[in-house]
Amino acid sequence: MSDDQQTADTIEEKPYKPSSPSSKLNFDGVWEYDDAPQSTEHAEVKEQYDLYIDGEFVAPEKGRYFDSVNPATEETLCSFAEATQQDIDKAVKAARNAFENEWSELEAKERGKYIFRLARLIQERAREFAILESLDGGKPIRESRDVDIPLAAAHFFYYAGWADKLEYAFPGKKAEPLGVAGQIIPWNFPMLMLAWKIAPALATGNTVVLKPAETTSLTALKFAELCRDAGLPDGVVNIVTGAGQTGSTIVNHKGIDKIAFTGSTKVGKIIKESLAGTDKKYTLELGGKGPNIIFEDAPLDQAVEGIINAIFFNQGHVCCAGSRLFVQEGIADKVIQKLRDRMETLIVGDPLDKNTDIGAVNSEQQYNKINEYLELGVNEGADMYQSSCQIPEEGYFCRPTLFTNVAQSNRIVQEEIFGPVLTVQTFRTAEEGIAKANNTPYGLAGGVWTDKGSKIFKVGSKIRNGVVWSNTYNKFDPTSPFGGFKESGEGREGGLHGLYPYVKLR
Amino acid sequence: MKISDFNQTVSIDQVGIEERVARLNSRSIKKESKVQALKLALSMVDLTTLAGMDTPGKVIQLCQKAKEPYAGLPQLPTVAAVCVYPNMVSVAEKALRGTDINIASVATAFPSGMSTLEAKLEETKKVVEDGADEVDMVISRGEFLKGNYSYVYDEIAAVKEACGDAHLKVILETGELQTYENVRKASDIAMHAGADFIKTSTGKVKPAATQPVTLVMLEAIRDYFYDTGRMVGMKPAGGIRKAKQAIQYLVIVKETLGTDWLTPDYFRFGASSLANDLLMQIVKQKTGVYQSADYFSND
Repeated sequence: MSDDQQTADTIEEKPYKPSSPSSKLNFDGVWEYDDAPQSTEHAEVKEQYDLYIDGEFVAPEKGRYFDSVNPATEETLCSFAEATQQDIDKAVKAARNAFENEWSELEAKERGKYIFRLARLIQERAREFAILESLDGGKPIRESRDVDIPLAAAHFFYYAGWADKLEYAFPGKKAEPLGVAGQIIPWNFPMLMLAWKIAPALATGNTVVLKPAETTSLTALKFAELCRDAGLPDGVVNIVTGAGQTGSTIVNHKGIDKIAFTGSTKVGKIIKESLAGTDKKYTLELGGKGPNIIFEDAPLDQAVEGIINAIFFNQGHVCCAGSRLFVQEGIADKVIQKLRDRMETLIVGDPLDKNTDIGAVNSEQQYNKINEYLELGVNEGADMYQSSCQIPEEGYFCRPTLFTNVAQSNRIVQEEIFGPVLTVQTFRTAEEGIAKANNTPYGLAGGVWTDKGSKIFKVGSKIRNGVVWSNTYNKFDPTSPFGGFKESGEGREGGLHGLYPYVKLR
Repeated sequence: MKISDFNQTVSIDQVGIEERVARLNSRSIKKESKVQALKLALSMVDLTTLAGMDTPGKVIQLCQKAKEPYAGLPQLPTVAAVCVYPNMVSVAEKALRGTDINIASVATAFPSGMSTLEAKLEETKKVVEDGADEVDMVISRGEFLKGNYSYVYDEIAAVKEACGDAHLKVILETGELQTYENVRKASDIAMHAGADFIKTSTGKVKPAATQPVTLVMLEAIRDYFYDTGRMVGMKPAGGIRKAKQAIQYLVIVKETLGTDWLTPDYFRFGASSLANDLLMQIVKQKTGVYQSADYFSND
C-alpha cells in the first residue's frame, strides 16, 4: 500500500476551516455602476395563454388557469392553462395523427428544412425570447441573451443537420421513429431544455407533446407561435401546460411511446416506477451534486473564476452545478480568500439589468427550500460566509453563499440544494479527492483543475460523472452528449448519442 | 518578507484569462457612472510624447494641455503626469512648476534597454536630479528570456535605489515576453525588486497594452498585496485610444483589485491620444451631441 492510499483511508480527520486574511481588498464606494436595464418594449406578454394543440391555441377543457409569477417582483405576470386528462388525450391524438399521416411520411430532408426554419426563427427573435425567459424565470438577461437562447438555436441547427443523415449516424441499420414522445422539462433552462427535447425528436421523425414547468411556460408558448409561423404541420409539436398532475397524466398516457424527463431525482424515481412493465422508452436527466476539484498546480485565478461560474451560474439552479468544492490542502486558504473577494463583486438584482450576475430565485418554493438549507448548514455546525452585496427588498433573491468547516456527512454536502450555495472541503492526495468526489449518489458532472495534462486524464477518468470538464466548467455544445451516472439519470442528450433514445434500429 | 522562487512558474490559463476579460467587457456603464468613469480616466492619464523628433516647444504645449485639458470645461481634473524623454525633463519641469502634475521620464536606455547597468543608473540619477517625480524604466528582456531572473531582479533593485524618492515604474514590454506566464513572472520579479508601478509596454513594440495582459498583471499585484500588504500600481501603456477602452480597463481594475486602486496613485494610462477622446465623450455627455475633433487641441 502506498502512502497515498493510507492517507485516503483516513478521510475526514478534521473539517477545513480557513484562516483569516491579513490584507483585505475593498470593493465599496468610489464608483458604482448605474442601472442598465434591458428595454422590454418589443416583448409582448399576454394576460392569459391557452394550450397549443394540433396547430391551434385552444382553451383547456376544464377551463382552469393558474398564475405565473415574476420572481423578481413577486407580481403576477400572466396565467397559463391547466391541461387535464381530456386535453392530454387531444394532444396525444393530434400528435399520433400527425405522426402517422404526415411527419413520418415526409422526406427526411423536408423534415430537416422545417427544423432549420425553427432554428432561424429563434435566432431572429432571440432578444424577445431572452427577455421573456428573464421575466418569467428570474435569470439574468446576460445569461438568457448570451447562453440560453443562442444554445437553443444551436441545438435546432445541429439536429436539423442530422434529419437526412440518419443512415450515417447508424451505419448498416435503418433508424425508425418511435411515434409520439411525451416530454417534461424543468424550470431552470426552459427554452434550452425545450430545444434539447424537441430538436432530436423531430429530426428522427417523431412528434411531441411537451409540458414546460408550471413556473416557466412562457417561452414554450412563444415557441408554439414559431411552429405556427414556420408552417410546421399541425400536431407535430403540441405544448400543454400544467403542474405535476399534468406531467403524471403524460407519463401514464397509453398513447405515448417515449418519455423524456428532466427534473429532480425524486420525480425521476416516481416516473421510472410508473414506466416499469410498459413498453415506453425513456430518458431521465436528474439531479446532481457536482464536485469541482482544484489541485495546487492549477491556474488559481482562473480556477476561482471557474468555481464561481460553476456554482453561481443561473442562481445555482443547474443540475450540473459544481456545488461541492474540493481544494488541495496547501492552497485552501488562498483559494477561499480569492473566492470571497470575487463573491463581493457579484451583482445580485434585477434580472433585466445588463450588469446583473445573479438574478432571482425561480419561485417562492425554491427560495424557501434554499433558506432551509442555509439554516440547516449553520445548525450542522458549518461556517457560513455570504457576500455583503445589496439585494432588492422585493422578490426572491439569495446572496451567494459559501460554507466552510463542513463534513462529508453533512446534509448540505450530500443533498442537492439547487441554489447559490457552495460547500468547501480539502483533500491531500489525488486519491482522497477522487474518493470524496465519488462519495455521493449523484454522478452528473464535475470539474478538474490542474496545469498537468496527465493528471486531468488520471483524475477525470476516475470520477464517476457523465461529464468532466477540465480547467473550465459549464461549457455546453449541441455536439456533445450530456447525461448522468448513478442517480443522476439514464440516457444521453446531445450529440450523436442524443439520437438513440428517439429511434428503433432495424 | 518571503521572496518568491522565480524559477517556479505561476500557471495562467490563456482561455480563462481571455474569457474573464470578455465577461468584464460585458459590463454596461451608463449615465452618471459613465461621466464619473470618464473624469476618473482623464485624471489617470500620463500624457506622453516619446518621439525622436520631440522639441521643447512640443513638450511645453503638452504641459499646457496637461494643466488645462479643455478650456470649455474649466472644472475638469488635470491629468496625472506628463511623460517625456530624459533630455526634455528640465523643459517639462519648468512648464509644470507650481502644479500638482507629475513629471515622468523614461530612462534606462528606453525603449530597448540595451545598455550597461552603469549607464542606466547614471541616466536614472540625472532625470531625478532634473526634476522627474517618476521614472519609467525598461527591464532587460534578453536576460529575462534567457532565464537570468536574478540579473533582472538586481537591475530593477539598483535602479530603484538610484531613484531615491522618485517613483519607479517598471516596463515589462509584454509584447516581447511571449506568454502570460512570463508576464506574470516578470511582474512578480519587478514587485519584489521594489517597483512602485508595473507597466505593460513602451509603446514602441506591438502588441502594446492588451486587456488580458493587464488582467494577468493586476492578478499578480493582488497576490503580492495578499502576501505583503503593499499596494503596487498598474499602468497599461500604448494602444489605448478610445474612452470606451479606458472604461473597460477601469471595470477590470475595480473588479480585480477593488476601489482602493481607482486613483491616479495606483492606476495610470500611458497614452497620447486617449485624453482627447475622453474630453470629447465628456463634452458629449454634457451637451448631448458630439463635437468635431477640430475643437480639441492636438498636442
